[in-house]
Amino acid sequence: MDFVSGLRCRECGRTYPAEALHVCDFCFGPLEVTYDYERIASVISRDRIASGPRTIWRYQDLLPVADAAPVDLGAGFTPLVRADRLAAELGLGELWIKDDTANPTGSFKDRVVSVALTKARQLGFKVAACASTGNLANSVAAHAARAGMDSVVLIPADLERAKVTMTAVYGGTVVAVEGTYDDVNRLCAELTSEHPSWAFVNVNIRTYYAEGSKTLAFEVAEQLGWRAPDHVVVPIASGSQLTKVAKGFEELAKVGLIDGGQPVRISGAQAAGCAPVATAFAEGTDAVRPVKPHTIAKSLAIGNPADGWYALEAIRRSGGACGAVTDDEVIDGIRLLARTEGIFAETAGGVTIATLAKLAAEGVVRPDERVVALVTGHGLKTVEALAGAVGPTATIAPTLDAFDAVVDVGAESDHPTADPEHGSGGTDAPRSAR
Amino acid sequence: MSVKVRVPAQLRTLTGGVGEVLVDGGTVGEVLKALDAAHPGFAERLFDESGQLRRFVNVFLSDEDVRFLEGLATPVADGQTISIVPAVAGG
Repeated sequence: MDFVSGLRCRECGRTYPAEALHVCDFCFGPLEVTYDYERIASVISRDRIASGPRTIWRYQDLLPVADAAPVDLGAGFTPLVRADRLAAELGLGELWIKDDTANPTGSFKDRVVSVALTKARQLGFKVAACASTGNLANSVAAHAARAGMDSVVLIPADLERAKVTMTAVYGGTVVAVEGTYDDVNRLCAELTSEHPSWAFVNVNIRTYYAEGSKTLAFEVAEQLGWRAPDHVVVPIASGSQLTKVAKGFEELAKVGLIDGGQPVRISGAQAAGCAPVATAFAEGTDAVRPVKPHTIAKSLAIGNPADGWYALEAIRRSGGACGAVTDDEVIDGIRLLARTEGIFAETAGGVTIATLAKLAAEGVVRPDERVVALVTGHGLKTVEALAGAVGPTATIAPTLDAFDAVVDVGAESDHPTADPEHGSGGTDAPRSAR
Repeated sequence: MSVKVRVPAQLRTLTGGVGEVLVDGGTVGEVLKALDAAHPGFAERLFDESGQLRRFVNVFLSDEDVRFLEGLATPVADGQTISIVPAVAGG
């Protein structure tokens, strides 16, 4: 049984039943799921969650659909990794990486798609569809295959090869559209009117879909021992994820799972080549003006972000900031995270880490804060971005002399020595919480 | 100028279920006003109190967002298509 009380327009407040509706019939404002928090608070507990599956479905009480057998590939409960080496490079104190590269199809989209298709199936839909910059395409195709649904996925024609292959392999329909993601999105919005029997996860199922991102906040809090962090850095594409992460922390306080004293500061990260929210933040305006995207961070290349205004509002309300970084800085961010923490992120992760570095240098993200950065997609999806930036240290003939001529690693000692900090004596804090 | 306007499902209650309507006008704004005259109810849904497009209403002229053109003042030519499209989440 779910605890949904209905849908409500975020703009004008009109209410609707919990059906396949995504925009207000009156003003086109986005619809938001509303819950009976009193009833949730009366049943939910840390123990009840701990006894649930090690997936997003352990938080079912705070999700918009309840199902004994959800459409599930195991999304969620990804590692929260303490990142001391990265923190030292950036001059920060307690820093954690939420490693959502570990999801079944390699990005946070598995969270939202698992929720969306579970609801879509309950509503009687047989076809799963979406407009995608790639990660959503991967996830919709995979989850539809799992659920035995047909899938129709629309992507921009210039997408990274891995993202195309990782979608097409599941056997659904994949249509490459000549244009930007915003063009694909517009086409999908029009298709939704013509194919009302299809579940476009980010169009007519969006209201439910978006709620899946709250689980990022739920997991971070649970993995920190049911404490909220002080500051979270989140990448912005449509702005939905950031908005829902903020909502997630608010809900945990509302139902009594965490102390609701100080609000979590939320900061946004964008690529300079597609930074409508960062620009509005910097200019101090309310208007998020659409832009034509031009960046290697294609998964964030949404020039007309539907939830941009709400993301901006969440950032300002929480005392966070919004930064933008160049494509070169994105590459540096990917390499920095890989070099210091052993995590290979896609370009969106590079945007997050580079923005974190920038905000740390500016003193916006502070060393006295407990900071979490969301790394939302795997680097194997966007290897093209690193072409020319990384490769073999050397190519040699198979001889010892040739090897010695080019390799100079650990030359000061030929024998391994025990590391007193990470030896057999044990450590007082785990490096990873999962 | 006769212009085709594509109407999304949410607003087809105003057009008797029809998804495409032909109206006249020299600019995007004039076309949308003519649409409201032919099918009353469009104006209050598309425009805010100051007469601007509501935040979540997107209007495209021949597949280009009018916010990249001249907004409601964008001139339209005979035979062009205007699409009214609600904003969509990310992907």
